[in-house]
Amino acid sequence: MHSSIPAAEPERSPWRDAMQRFGRNKAAVTSLVFLVFVTALCVIGPWLLPHAYDSTDWDALKLPPSFTNSHFWGTDESGRDLLVRCLVGGRISLMVGILTTLTSIALGVVWGATAGYLGGAVDQVMMRIVDIMYAVPYLLIAILLVTVLGRDFYLVVLAITAFSWMDTARLVRGQTLSLRKMEFVEAARAMGVSTPRIVFEHIVPNLLGLVLVYATVTVPSVILTESVLSFLGLGIQEPMTSWGVLIHDGAQMLDSAAWLLIFPALMLSLTLYSFNYLGDGLRDALDPKDR
Amino acid sequence: MLAYTFRRLLITIPTLLVVIGLVYILLFSAPGGPFDSERVVPEAIQAQLMAKYHLDQPYWKQYLLYIGQLLQGDLGVSYRYADWSVNELVASALPVSLTIGGLAIALSLLIGVLLGALAALYRNSFVDYIVMALGSVGSVVPSFVLGPLLVLAFAMGLQWLPSGGWDHFSWQFMVLPVSLLTLINVSTLARIMRASMVEVMGSNYIRTARAKGLPIHLIVFRHALRPSLLPVVTIVGPLAVSSITSALVTESIFSIPGLGILVVNGAANRDYTLVLGLVVLITALVVLVNLCVDLMYAFLDPRSRA
Repeated sequence: MHSSIPAAEPERSPWRDAMQRFGRNKAAVTSLVFLVFVTALCVIGPWLLPHAYDSTDWDALKLPPSFTNSHFWGTDESGRDLLVRCLVGGRISLMVGILTTLTSIALGVVWGATAGYLGGAVDQVMMRIVDIMYAVPYLLIAILLVTVLGRDFYLVVLAITAFSWMDTARLVRGQTLSLRKMEFVEAARAMGVSTPRIVFEHIVPNLLGLVLVYATVTVPSVILTESVLSFLGLGIQEPMTSWGVLIHDGAQMLDSAAWLLIFPALMLSLTLYSFNYLGDGLRDALDPKDR
Repeated sequence: MLAYTFRRLLITIPTLLVVIGLVYILLFSAPGGPFDSERVVPEAIQAQLMAKYHLDQPYWKQYLLYIGQLLQGDLGVSYRYADWSVNELVASALPVSLTIGGLAIALSLLIGVLLGALAALYRNSFVDYIVMALGSVGSVVPSFVLGPLLVLAFAMGLQWLPSGGWDHFSWQFMVLPVSLLTLINVSTLARIMRASMVEVMGSNYIRTARAKGLPIHLIVFRHALRPSLLPVVTIVGPLAVSSITSALVTESIFSIPGLGILVVNGAANRDYTLVLGLVVLITALVVLVNLCVDLMYAFLDPRSRA
């Protein structure tokens, strides 16, 4: 059998093709570089800077940004260095974003693939639940959840996860419906492969591209939700901080210290912008027929 | 159409019941009851208080009692605002939120559709680029950044408008919050309108209309506008849900005495009945909006009545 296969062409896997297409998209590559840079800065930066995020510099209360002293982005009204706080806040915002996205995507994939593959009554019930979840004003329930159970970091993640998996579930279900009719799934079934193995070894791997694209657009929306919660005073608590908390504090000091709003707002907006461009780029790269 | 309406109503009711149940489970899993305070209350009085609000009953019975109460239009009493019922609090806050939200949604629909249509008709022109650039800025700069920036520009810089507050529906206090809400929504609406109008303008029957020499304004108003509006109708449901988020943010930026402030304060004070009542009310509103959208869509496009 093997001898009948023509001599090997230079290997061109779909993933390598996608990488090449992605590489040609300047906006997407720039976004990716920017995101890696910001993440690295947030992770490493606070160790390199001479200030701690929660320590007061009594000689520098509400100092505007300057290059002449060590507070490059200025300080807030209690003399805490804004640059360090932006970076530490970025750690929290990015961590909430990535952790929540992972859990919500996982839930969405399992839910959608199960509903789509099993079909019938199970599918009906599972998708009705998704419909119901869509109608729930999620921010209110999230507010309720953190009110009742406390404002712990992991609870914020849980609260946002609970209301951000439905889009993925719908999308994955749709794809699964068309995949389950494909011949390779038919073949697996004919060989007696069990249903969970068909779903997770044959169907889910084929959804990876889609899921990757979806994950990149979920991250910014999750970061945004966390920021809204924090902005309303119901998210991350002092002295720990996130971009939403910083923007909230900055908005209070707007008339006398505009930099306290501008720097965190810039970091948040640029990050969200980059994630959106990255998502667009990935979609174009992974789904060439879409162009 | 009637059968569709009926079927659609049938899934609306479980949605509400599930939401109320969910909220109830959350509240009961909370540590501490509403009457636990530092002040030591004699046991008899504590028991009496519990009995008065049915807190001594089993949970399922409290849930049923609450539903019964709701059906009579009674949202209960606030645990924190003494002598205020939730109904009274809502009655003072709801008109404020509805006025601001309603004005903003009407304005953003008008402006969004107009801008989207213009961008589609003058595709790849200067107008198109400006609209799309504004759209992408609007979708990335979050409301809680845009709001303070508006305050900085128009209240503190130019001193044209008050930076916040509320005075019996006088217009000065409404301009900034309504503008903020409109700016947030316009970008989404314009993008969707543009996309759908571009698609419609490329379809065969529009080409036919062009071919028979119909002037462009007649083509747009008589043939292209209505089908282009279909996707805009579908987005109104999600828009209503996201308006809640923006309303919370807007009301807290401009300190407007609306529902959003009640929710945030209620949550901060652990005023469970108030928050529960508000969640139920707002969910009911959202579900109602979604119902209207679905019915309208079914009316506009008979194919969707499946």
